[in-house]
Amino acid sequence: MPSELSTGMLDQLWELDGSVSLRTEPFGALAYHFRTRRLSFLKTPELVDVVRRLATSSSVEVALRDAGVPEPHWPSYLRALQGLATGGMIRRRDTA
Amino acid sequence: MTIAPPAPGRLVDQLERGLDAPICLTWELTYACNLACVHCLSSSGRRDPDELSTDECKSLIDEFERMQIFYVNIGGGEPTVRPDFWELLDYAVDHHVGVKFSTNGFRITRERAAELAATDYVDVQISLDGATADVNDHVRGAGTYDAAMRAMANLQAAGMNGFKLSVVCTRHNIGQLDEFKAIADRYGAQLRLTRLRPSGRGADVWQELHPRPEQQRRLYDWLVANGDQVLTGDSFFHLSAYGEALPGLNLCGAGRVVCLVDPVGDVYACPFAIHDRFRAGSIRSVGGFDTVWKQSELFLELRSPQTGGACTKCSAYDSCRGGCMAAKFFTGLPLDGPDPECVKGNSETSLSLVQSRPSASGDHSHTGPVRNAPVPLTLLTTRPDKACDESPLVGLRAGS
Repeated sequence: MPSELSTGMLDQLWELDGSVSLRTEPFGALAYHFRTRRLSFLKTPELVDVVRRLATSSSVEVALRDAGVPEPHWPSYLRALQGLATGGMIRRRDTA
Repeated sequence: MTIAPPAPGRLVDQLERGLDAPICLTWELTYACNLACVHCLSSSGRRDPDELSTDECKSLIDEFERMQIFYVNIGGGEPTVRPDFWELLDYAVDHHVGVKFSTNGFRITRERAAELAATDYVDVQISLDGATADVNDHVRGAGTYDAAMRAMANLQAAGMNGFKLSVVCTRHNIGQLDEFKAIADRYGAQLRLTRLRPSGRGADVWQELHPRPEQQRRLYDWLVANGDQVLTGDSFFHLSAYGEALPGLNLCGAGRVVCLVDPVGDVYACPFAIHDRFRAGSIRSVGGFDTVWKQSELFLELRSPQTGGACTKCSAYDSCRGGCMAAKFFTGLPLDGPDPECVKGNSETSLSLVQSRPSASGDHSHTGPVRNAPVPLTLLTTRPDKACDESPLVGLRAGS
């Protein structure tokens, strides 16, 4: 089950951190943070799609729906997003 | 860090089939070096007259940018001896290619340290192979311990945090792991431990320097206890056969996620495999690096399913995957058999049967005397019996 924090993400506005680049790969994508020099693996193309949609979606939930992620899979996606947030790969944004 | 929603297949299986661009690209910028470390992987010393020009280096950086290679590990030789090193560093940063470069520290002055600390895109890795001067200087040369300490002090004073202290694990320093960690902590650095490889001049000293079996176990236990605080560059996956897998991908990344570009633009499967057998092509050929990475016969072969040979019968094969390709090759072992340091002892018989080891395809070692050159000899502690006119020891007599 997702932690309270990650369930809370559903309504929030997030985006890829400005110092992060994504490189599409057959398995999904690599994310690299140029300032912290952290490398992360986004292990499915669907997760990459969700992450790319964050900046233009009015909430995380909208990004998940638009990417076509079935609702039963949301908890694992929220965990993955929480992991990216902890690593500084994605950040909160204020405006829609 | 791995971010994983439910995924088909393991990431490691997908990585074994290769990526569109390497994750970990090492670029040896020059074979020139101001030192002559006994275990140098690239047999460095003298500059190669055919090394890439400044313009060629810049074009290669442009290509890295196009391929979204986020960062490169620059080494050598000693990269800072190239007169255009700092210019190339700036060029890479301006083109969104982060750089981590390895150095012996001699040229990391206070001024350079301040410049390095001013950008997040550059990381520095200081080489040190002993936690004490006697152990370090024995393999790296006189004064190299002090130089590394000075460089780290300069980086720390400049406010550079989390730079790397890189150690090649040998028979003489396995007992110093806690001390290395303490040194790294003292300078605000992160410790990086890597495996000694029998590559380059490392082949000449392998028998004397590679950790003994009981030391391998000690290293493994230390990594299990401290693995989250140290980097290993996925060096020690052969030790995973002891039990619990070590942090990291635990696979041979050669030609799959790793490769090496040497100073003349040749592309090799990994930094430990500078040999014709593992040369995939040249960045100077039509299509450049991109084509070599994506289409070279060697890399496609390395990305195809591997058999594992004799190792597939072993219960530990899933953990160690047969170990390091370069270590096998340079010790004369078959590539589809066990690693020369197989922790199950499965390479002992084949090692005893090895008739010949591959000779080096290239050697840029210094041919004359080198300032600071290590003297990996046991020094004569007793005086000669008889003085000789030509000897600097003339006048000395036994018992005098």
